[in-house]
Amino acid sequence: MSDTSYDRAPGESGRPRDAQGWTAPEVLVYTIGLLLAALLTVTSFWVANTSLIWPPGVPLGLAVLAIAQMGVHLVFFLHITTGSDNTNNVLALAYGLFIVFLVVAGSIWIMASLNANMAMSPELMDLHLQR
Amino acid sequence: MNVAVALADVGREPLPIASEAGPAPKRIVVAYGFWIFLLSDIIMFSALFAAYAVLRNATAGGPTGAQLFNQVSVALETACLLASSYTCGLMSVAVSSRNRSATYLGALVTFALGAAFLTLELREFAGMIAIGATPQRSAFLSAFFALVGCHGLHVASGLLWLALLMLHVALKGFRANVQRRLLCFALFWHALDIIWVGIFTVVYLMGVSS
Repeated sequence: MSDTSYDRAPGESGRPRDAQGWTAPEVLVYTIGLLLAALLTVTSFWVANTSLIWPPGVPLGLAVLAIAQMGVHLVFFLHITTGSDNTNNVLALAYGLFIVFLVVAGSIWIMASLNANMAMSPELMDLHLQR
Repeated sequence: MNVAVALADVGREPLPIASEAGPAPKRIVVAYGFWIFLLSDIIMFSALFAAYAVLRNATAGGPTGAQLFNQVSVALETACLLASSYTCGLMSVAVSSRNRSATYLGALVTFALGAAFLTLELREFAGMIAIGATPQRSAFLSAFFALVGCHGLHVASGLLWLALLMLHVALKGFRANVQRRLLCFALFWHALDIIWVGIFTVVYLMGVSS
């Protein structure tokens, strides 16, 4: 049964689960993930507080760092890989991210477009948005 | 490369592919189903994120994020949750090698760090409510409490789940169904940390820097 090429369960590392003994490599994977995630987190806090970066570029930098850190978590903590035994997991993830993108970007786009196109005086619009 | 693989396989019985090998083991089916649930949970969070992003400037003359958020507290919360995600991973390693005491130790540290995160977050909420920044004050604060509070609720239920799982391990040992639940819990806990990355970036860091 063990040599059948089933898909891998999400969150499970590639090591056969019945193997006994030395488990260092798996611990090493988590440790590398922790170090990378900590590095990206510290960089995020630095970017938010530094005056070295052009202020309008800060949100973009923060977004890039956050996406990178989410990728680190997926690869090192959830063991999502590009392997063929992981295709189902990756496809489900890709579909989920597609919906997330539609919901977030669509909401922001529609609301910004409504704000720009509604024929209200700025004072009235402001009042309207605050309610 | 494909040619090389094909040549190497000549004369050997090819492995049956998953679609021909019958149903997958229950462990894979259960974990995949939980993965689908987690993705739908993330989609629910994306709606809360979208509401927050739309309403973040609708402060109705009340306090703004830059006035309310304390970066030190956020950094501590982030550190607690990241460390607890790491110890949860170590707990998974202990579970796969059936090491009971290491599992308890990993679960204990994970629980303590998660509880520390929750305490810090509740203290932050209490401080905000004490100065009148309640969810009723403005649309911005409603969206803030909905998003961050929903994540906190997930962490609280995760802590309860972890405590119950340790009870299962103590009473039943590493039976197959207990192992499946532990795998699902690890997925849940790591996913919560991924959502927190989005929250501390979008809510706190973008809130104080703009």
